[in-house]
Amino acid sequence: MKKALVPALALMMATPALAERGSDGDLRVLYWQAASVLNPYLSTGAKDVDPASMILEPLALVADDGSLIPVLAAEIPTIENGGIAEDFASVTWRLKPGLTWSDGTPVTAADVAFTAQYCMAPDFGCAVLAEFDGIETVEAVDDLTVRIRYAAPKYPPLQAFVGGRTPILQKAQFESCLGSAGASCTDQNFGPIGTGPFRVTSFEPGNVATYEANPHYRDPAKPAFARVTIKGGGDAMAAARAVLETGEFDFAWNLQLAPDVVAPMEAAGKGKLVGSFGSMVERIELNQTDPSPALGAERSTLAHPHPFLTDPAVRRALSMAIDRPILAELAYGPAGKPTCTIVPVPETFNSGRDECLTQDIAGARALLDQAGWLPGADGIREKDGVRLHLVFQTTVNPVRQDVQSLVKQWWSEIGVETDLKTIDGTVFFGGDAGNPDSRARFLADAQMFTDAFYLPDPASFLDEFVCNRVPDQGNQWQGNNSVRFCDPAFDAMMAQLNQTGLPRDRQRIAKDMTDMLTADGHVVLPLIHRGMISAHANSLAGVTPNGWEGSLWNIADWSRAE
Amino acid sequence: MTDPDRQHALDTAETVDATAAQAGAVPGLPPDEPHHAGETRSQWRDIWRQFRSHRGAMVALVLFVATILFVVVGPYLWTIDPTYVDIRARNSGFSAAHPLGTDQLGRDMLARLMAGGRVSIAVGLTAMIIAITLGSLIGVVSGYFRRLDAPLMRLTELFLALPLLPLLLLMVTLFREPLSQNFGPAMGTFILIVSAIGATSWMQAARIVRGDVLGLKEREFILAARSIGTPAHRMILRHVLPNVLSPIMVAATLGIATAIITESALSFLGLGFPPDFPTWGRLLYDAVDQMVMYPWRVILPGLFISLTVLCVNYIGDGLRDAMDPRIRGR
Amino acid sequence: MLTFTIRRLLLAIPTLLFISLVIFLLLEASPGDPLGDVPLTVPPEVKERMREALGLGQAWYIRYVLWLKQFFWVEPLHWFDSVFGTQFSAGMQRIISFQSRSPVFDIIAQRVPQTLTVVGFSYLVGILIALPIGILSAYKQYSWFDQLGTFVSMIGFSMPTFFTGVVLIIIFGVKLQWFPSVYDTTLQVRDWDSFWAQVRQMAMPVTVLALYNAAQISRFMRASMLDNLGQDYVRTARAKGLSERTVVLKHVLRNSLIPVITVIALGLPAVFGGAIITEQVFKVNGLGQLLITAIHGNDIPMVLTLTFIFAILIVLFTLIADILYGVLDPRIRYD
Repeated sequence: MKKALVPALALMMATPALAERGSDGDLRVLYWQAASVLNPYLSTGAKDVDPASMILEPLALVADDGSLIPVLAAEIPTIENGGIAEDFASVTWRLKPGLTWSDGTPVTAADVAFTAQYCMAPDFGCAVLAEFDGIETVEAVDDLTVRIRYAAPKYPPLQAFVGGRTPILQKAQFESCLGSAGASCTDQNFGPIGTGPFRVTSFEPGNVATYEANPHYRDPAKPAFARVTIKGGGDAMAAARAVLETGEFDFAWNLQLAPDVVAPMEAAGKGKLVGSFGSMVERIELNQTDPSPALGAERSTLAHPHPFLTDPAVRRALSMAIDRPILAELAYGPAGKPTCTIVPVPETFNSGRDECLTQDIAGARALLDQAGWLPGADGIREKDGVRLHLVFQTTVNPVRQDVQSLVKQWWSEIGVETDLKTIDGTVFFGGDAGNPDSRARFLADAQMFTDAFYLPDPASFLDEFVCNRVPDQGNQWQGNNSVRFCDPAFDAMMAQLNQTGLPRDRQRIAKDMTDMLTADGHVVLPLIHRGMISAHANSLAGVTPNGWEGSLWNIADWSRAE
Repeated sequence: MTDPDRQHALDTAETVDATAAQAGAVPGLPPDEPHHAGETRSQWRDIWRQFRSHRGAMVALVLFVATILFVVVGPYLWTIDPTYVDIRARNSGFSAAHPLGTDQLGRDMLARLMAGGRVSIAVGLTAMIIAITLGSLIGVVSGYFRRLDAPLMRLTELFLALPLLPLLLLMVTLFREPLSQNFGPAMGTFILIVSAIGATSWMQAARIVRGDVLGLKEREFILAARSIGTPAHRMILRHVLPNVLSPIMVAATLGIATAIITESALSFLGLGFPPDFPTWGRLLYDAVDQMVMYPWRVILPGLFISLTVLCVNYIGDGLRDAMDPRIRGR
Repeated sequence: MLTFTIRRLLLAIPTLLFISLVIFLLLEASPGDPLGDVPLTVPPEVKERMREALGLGQAWYIRYVLWLKQFFWVEPLHWFDSVFGTQFSAGMQRIISFQSRSPVFDIIAQRVPQTLTVVGFSYLVGILIALPIGILSAYKQYSWFDQLGTFVSMIGFSMPTFFTGVVLIIIFGVKLQWFPSVYDTTLQVRDWDSFWAQVRQMAMPVTVLALYNAAQISRFMRASMLDNLGQDYVRTARAKGLSERTVVLKHVLRNSLIPVITVIALGLPAVFGGAIITEQVFKVNGLGQLLITAIHGNDIPMVLTLTFIFAILIVLFTLIADILYGVLDPRIRYD
């Protein structure tokens, strides 16, 4: 009897003390990359968007399963409730009544309309301008109703103001920051007035931000914490140590660490790891054009197809040689699951192909034998004087270097020789036209990186792989189709996807397109569905993973549990 | 010995020394005492005798030669490929198959330490020699020739002020491809790294040497030498350089340690050798995260780096003592 | 000496202008991209507009001259305004960081205190340890004290701070829990408790950096002392019957300081530059961390301003070192 009572009591104690804002004191959060600005319209990095999401809120958030949760909106617009027009050319949002900013003034539809105007101003350089793509006007119908009109039917129609990257700003505060004036609005960018559970008390870019509970927050019982400190700096390992071993901090973000390092730290019993899986997939791209130095300025252009990576058998064999479950286990641990698709979420868009999950070295060898690629004197396969020799590049990152070594080993087992190359991350992802080491320039045969999309529809992501996105001299090597995949059939399906409104049809087309790239085409080799790992102290309750939003998305619900 | 003969002997000695200095050895120069000058052979024997009596230096020399043998001959005896990944054997401790255990991917630590040592010692020594030669040259010249002082010191300030990281990234972008096409990927990377480290770490040595030369230049023996019409190049080689040797030696020993560590830092810019290629600095860095669970992976490369630096330091100490005529007599 | 100083200061102006131009061109030419962090789903057109909003659409020489104007005219005016409450700089654009879109000098000002307390203090401690050790181990060459000193300083120097720092954290932060592993820059010293907290959080980073600096300086001190101890003037001084103390501390030490002064003077600007790795290990977030994140983000205005201030300090301290040579050794003349 007594035995049963103790856990029950403990459970009752553990449930957050009901009511009372700020009763749980201080919350200490460690972001090893520090925020540099608290305005998501200026920076899309998670390090900036997450700390801002405690202050600023959008109309709706994306839930972990890909559905939408109303935040400032009273309900999610649908065709049934009239929110989405029949022709998909306009969306009407209704705000919750009685909302106030943290300075006590009411939130109105004019604020929403202003926010769109702010981001779409010509000289501003809004970081999330793509989310406002196709918008013709945003008008406040009345105090609580705002209508977004598109120039043409828009699929999917719910894009702007959905998710923490496009929150609502206060018109009164940002009115003087329109256009080019936005650059020097330091006070506004460092201390935006919002509707969220907290408000800024001090902010030092790149170092530390402190917050206090917003006295005007719409739920009088929340947040449970009175003050929050977000400290930046250090590295992932140190952050894990500060939460799991020394207990100096309550929460640490983005801990991509070797599994055998963090497992014993977690076993110490001070805290635990939580993984949230969004759309990030670590992938290898196989260059479809020839990067040979002999071609000079025409290296890696569509004019010169790759000597052997255009052979489907070679691509398929390269994919079959990789043991994805081992990669996940050795290099990623709780932060990764093996995958065969580049669109793993939302579930409804996942094509469900999983034949790549089993490694098949013998099968890969047989496939290459069949295709006429036979081992030469040194064991490296060749055909018509072409040797299977690859340069495989990626960014500097210990986990990626381990994966590189493993993949090189497996490829050598099927008679493919690999030279590894690493490039500094900022250089690799940089867009400078004269930069030979960038991802878009792709002067190598294979490259590995991660990419993500933020709304539960992969259309904008799949659009990266159409022909006119191929980087070349004409577009200054800008363009996201770095793999240089160009197939008219794919482009036709993309056009069709952009005119399809029915979810079921969209899902079918998107799945087919994904398979063209991965499970059937093997142009892009998906490796790992990556998660965002964070650590929190055992005394912290309410942390719920959400792959689509930042780690602090529900900080209003966090509390101290004994 | 007639005067012309003596002059000839002096010139020969200088040529020998100059060549030796260029060959990268520590410049051993004849002392100022006239009765020793010219008798090069017996003088080198003197130096060796003195060096041998320096116990620390001898121990260091033996250890250093042993380390060199370990990294040069070792791979021929222990033939496991340092980049071979054997997942089943990962994180194994000391065993017969892997005497020093394996890393997180099952690569043999002994083989990696040998292969890594080759690179680290080669990079450390070469980069140090480049930096010290450049630094001493600029330091002596700017300290000795008043007219060159200002431009050379402004150049030093410029190099001190340049932000290192963008400079290195620019160097990679510009030179990685052409170098690896002309010298092959491994040699090209080696040249790139060594010159990058050398070109960015000579300034301290130059400043120190210059400071010393400025003081030295006003000393009586220099004035005396100048008054008998000694030409500038001989003044520098015979009188100035030997007297600034000790700070150069210190800068050289510290330089090796810095170069080995810097090499590992460069690989985090993607500038270094291919990522699966081990070096001591990188082995140390990679193992820091796993320090608590696998302490040996940190201790071993750390030990080797410290050992090399200590050896070079003691050998340098011994050499300097051996070449100082005032001490040698004792 | 005065004319020498004035001449050097005047000469410093073109030198610094040239240095700033070289730094600017270097940053322009290096392959990073301020928009490297922007997600790949952002279309190139949007990136182009963001680039223009940062002012990157203009030619490099226009941006360089603009920066010169901001650095030498707008920023001093702004400083003047904030001291005297005037309005001269109203409406003028200050140097704005790409990353945070806020004035570069405001951020630098936020970082100076922790850099000076941690890095500056550790440099001071390092010098104070190094000089006696260097002197003593040269005077008693090959004694056990000298051997131990050599051994410890060589180990100290060859072990990088990313290693020693983590070792200290594991021992004193995790196992013994004596010191915090994260430096709190918001801590204000008001009473004994907060002072004690400040001492505790400074203990580990200061130890790591001080050891590293002391190792280096003590080696130079020892070598230089050894050189001078064998000189004739030492024999003369002893023969004159001067006490050993006077001989060593007055004659030998003074003559031995020239290379050490150089090392110390060269190290002082580096104090301002911060200690990148140590700051990262202990999360101090001083100027070193500011510079490295700015470089990684290719924040050209921030990197340019920081390195230029750094260059000014280098030129200044080189001059001070040169003047000190003259003070220590009256034979050295520049005129």
